[in-house]
Amino acid sequence: MQALHFLQALARIARAAPKPAHSARTRQIRHAAYASMAHSSRSSRRTWSRALLHRLRQRQQQRPGRLLTVRRRVRIVTPITSRPEEPARAETLRQLVPGGRGMEYCNLLEETADYVQCLRAQVQLMQTLLDAFSS
Amino acid sequence: MSSRRSHSRHSSASRITEEEINELVSKLQMMLPDAPISRNSRVSARKVLQETCSYIRSLHQEVDDLSEKLSELLASTDTDSAEAAILRSLLMQ
Repeated sequence: MQALHFLQALARIARAAPKPAHSARTRQIRHAAYASMAHSSRSSRRTWSRALLHRLRQRQQQRPGRLLTVRRRVRIVTPITSRPEEPARAETLRQLVPGGRGMEYCNLLEETADYVQCLRAQVQLMQTLLDAFSS
Repeated sequence: MSSRRSHSRHSSASRITEEEINELVSKLQMMLPDAPISRNSRVSARKVLQETCSYIRSLHQEVDDLSEKLSELLASTDTDSAEAAILRSLLMQ
């Protein structure tokens, strides 16, 4: 479950000693948010979740402080360039949805819907946590 | 009955019909924040994709903001406060 995974990750971050700097902790929480999304049972079979996990692992392996991600080799599949019937906007969408570049247009739409739902759930979860403990 | 599977194989002679595409696009449209209540209003696919991109960007931004705030929350929790105790017991499960 998305919520459980995120709470456990938060617990680990909260317990970390020595206490990390604010920016490092923010990064860890953000990382945990996306990892929880990718690990949720509904999405673990999705292409976007595998691509997201791959990206997260790549980021973790880099030295802290480096912001840019180096794309070593994402997929063997050549990116599918726009077909005549595909709206030009699909290209932007491909960049926003993890793993979007290798997808057929139809799959892209499905994956996008799933990704958006997971994002929304994660945002709601985080907001709920904040509200619960900020009064 | 043709199956609704749209996971295409590598034979990319797509059996995907325009109807299926439209269905997927309208499904996306329904997820947008200001989704029209009436199902009859047809927004162009281009517009739906455009708004979906904006929506995803704003969600990414929210995740960033909320991460920031949660980080502050974890930092500011005084060890002896009641909130800290509740937070701890919640997170320890």
